[in-house]
Amino acid sequence: MAATRDWQTFDRPAIRRQFVRRENDGTEIAELLIQGVHCAACTWRIESTLRKLPGVVSIEVNPVTTRTELHWHPDQLQLPELLKRIADLGFTPVPFLGHGNQNTIEEARRLALRRLLVAGLGMMQVSSYAVAMYMGAFQGMDEQMEEFFRLISLLVATPIVLYSGAPFFAGAWRNIRTRTPGMDIPVALAIGSAWSASVWNTFAGTGEIYFDSATMFVFFLSGTRYLEAAGRYRALDLTHSLAQYLPATAVRVTATGSEEVGIMELVRGDHVLVAPGTGFPADGILLDGPAHVDESMLTGESMPVVKAQGDAVVAGTVNLNAATHIAVNKTGPDTVLAQIGRMVTQAGMEKPRFLQLTDRIASIIVIAIMVVATAAGMVWWIIEPTRVFEIVLTVLVVTCPCALAIATPAAFAFATGRLARDGFLIRRGAALPALATVSRVIFDKTGTLTVNALRITNTITRADCPPAHAKALAAALEAHSAHPIAHAFTGMTHSIRARNVRMVAGGGLEGIAGDELLRIGNREFVTAIATAGVAVDFSEPPILTGQRLIFLGNTAGLLARFEIAEDLRPGARELLDSLGHRGISSVIASGDQAEAVANLANSLGIRDWRARMLPEDKLQWLRDMQQNGQRIAAVGDGINDSPLLAGADVSIAMGSGTSMAHYSADCVWLGAQLNGLDKAFAMAQQTMRIVKQNMVWALGYNLLAVPLAVTGSIAPWMAALGMSLSSLLVMLNALRLSLPQGSAGKPALIAGTPRNAILAPDQNRDSGSDPTKLAA
Amino acid sequence: MTIIYLLIPLGLLLLLVAVGAFFWAVRSGQFDDLEAPAWRIILDDDRAPAAGAEPDKHDEHRQ
Repeated sequence: MAATRDWQTFDRPAIRRQFVRRENDGTEIAELLIQGVHCAACTWRIESTLRKLPGVVSIEVNPVTTRTELHWHPDQLQLPELLKRIADLGFTPVPFLGHGNQNTIEEARRLALRRLLVAGLGMMQVSSYAVAMYMGAFQGMDEQMEEFFRLISLLVATPIVLYSGAPFFAGAWRNIRTRTPGMDIPVALAIGSAWSASVWNTFAGTGEIYFDSATMFVFFLSGTRYLEAAGRYRALDLTHSLAQYLPATAVRVTATGSEEVGIMELVRGDHVLVAPGTGFPADGILLDGPAHVDESMLTGESMPVVKAQGDAVVAGTVNLNAATHIAVNKTGPDTVLAQIGRMVTQAGMEKPRFLQLTDRIASIIVIAIMVVATAAGMVWWIIEPTRVFEIVLTVLVVTCPCALAIATPAAFAFATGRLARDGFLIRRGAALPALATVSRVIFDKTGTLTVNALRITNTITRADCPPAHAKALAAALEAHSAHPIAHAFTGMTHSIRARNVRMVAGGGLEGIAGDELLRIGNREFVTAIATAGVAVDFSEPPILTGQRLIFLGNTAGLLARFEIAEDLRPGARELLDSLGHRGISSVIASGDQAEAVANLANSLGIRDWRARMLPEDKLQWLRDMQQNGQRIAAVGDGINDSPLLAGADVSIAMGSGTSMAHYSADCVWLGAQLNGLDKAFAMAQQTMRIVKQNMVWALGYNLLAVPLAVTGSIAPWMAALGMSLSSLLVMLNALRLSLPQGSAGKPALIAGTPRNAILAPDQNRDSGSDPTKLAA
Repeated sequence: MTIIYLLIPLGLLLLLVAVGAFFWAVRSGQFDDLEAPAWRIILDDDRAPAAGAEPDKHDEHRQ
């Protein structure tokens, strides 16, 4: 197979072009799928081996989807050599060809399903023969018939062991070759020895046969693995499940009329007619409006969003009321939808320390099992030699650390998938454990606790500067900024253009319009360029208290003052309340004027706030709090707070959905309402609780089962059943995380179903430790 | 009880038929998507021009 493959073919330019891309620095990145990866230990093996090669920059293998990013220097190392190295480890690399690879994954899934069914049907047969023989042993069965039953059992069990059990043997062989003790070793040993001993005894005509235990073990184990892999894959593969929100075709409007084309044929600049009730086929700009858009698949919120002409719409969101035209600006893999999918799978690529720890524990347990099994065998050899095989088999089967191995990754995957469907995207695997231990949240003010839609409520200007001109100058400067304040100035006349605009963090913007040097921002920043002193200082109080004041000025002093009002983001109060119930304190760090921040803090009941902070100040404050032992989550708009977000234990960016790629935070919250954010904290805590339960169960079960097996109190088939039930229990426990959460908001994909009602009793039961759920 | 020597092989034959039928079902994609078909009943298919294309919608994305 792998060894005989000619890796050179993948290096031919025509094939290479499809999965290898060249970076600016001359290095190359290949996207691969690696067949044969089924646990974190496999990915660790591949990564640690490849990283040692000179010329390899990085390699990341996703244990769930097996998607791999291999980054290397082509002048030091050739692609075929790299592929061969992976193949040498016993895995098969396949180029990742976007949608084409769906086939590879699907094929693997189908094979697993076939194996599962063969094992299931066969197991039922073999077990019924076993029952017949068992009865026969008591009531008398003539020898000929017993011989017949044994032969038939052999006939049925053999294909199960060889066909359905093949992955375990392959896995064990891989473990042996790479010298990493994995759980496939005891599994393969148990299946293999049970089967071969039974074959021997069948032909010898004496002794016990264990075909029933062997087939049961194969079936249960493949069953749990299938369910776990399918569940994890489904939870994390958002690209796949999100793709179903896209329509298959789109109506392209051309100069001569309209035509129906496949969405893959759309290119940037196309004008597309979107019928009411259908999804937008690509990211684009609304050409007519207003339109009501259902963005629930993105944000988890059922209320339609009203979009005006010129607003951006996202592929997959649904146009609700009237036929609308859009100008396409992003298609296929560049759309927000595709970006979100990639982001979530990338989060799955990262292995938190937590996961590495369970891997290590699992391999220690495997070694321990082998030692215990050998010891038990030797002791029983002295006590009762005929039972040695049965005892060793039982010990091997019952102690399989399968439950332990799936305890953590399953919980993480289900939680990540559930949160993503509710609009909370986790970009780094470590974010989930960090969220669970947060003791304080730092909020940015503008764009986080308040909505981005700022508006100018009043403008006063110097006598020689008409308000319209002042606004035009301001708009020209702000056109270069992504800061929320800039939104207040959009939609104004663009009669003036500004050059050389630069942003000064914590100050404002500076640029040249006409031949005048202008500044816009807070008072100190703007007056700093005034060379001839400040003639007018606009010190009169604003019409409404707590308004944000923005100044515009040139070298001759201040020109205008804009009063800008901002509205509290819906759900902010509820979020702070529920965080309070959770024992998490909230503080505000803002670059804004003290009065505006104080007003907001008072209305939200936040006692600890600081205003007029530069990004560095925010970071310093954060560090001080961290030194006092606080675990900090920072919530910001993701663009202006990068230092703060980078310094926090875990960071959350408020995503507007359209500029996903810029964010540097660990998590992105896509919802417009703030209270839904509480779900993420609740979910993180619940995840860690479930992981803990799973670990305790898995370890406790092993500790309990080993003495029973060693003393010979349980039969091999009971061991197979116990082991599988234990894994199943752990998985079902983790699966609870992927149920829609009833607490804040509603399930994203299904609006207003009675699911919440069904879930309610369950939630009351396990919400004893977090009272916030009752607030829902 | 000698009839058992005939009945059990017959049972095995039936098992083979069942396995064969299942292999066929898997190959023809019956188990590829266990979720979307349940949704289809509540989805509108009133888009006149694309009515013919609608049933293929899922196939197109899943392949």
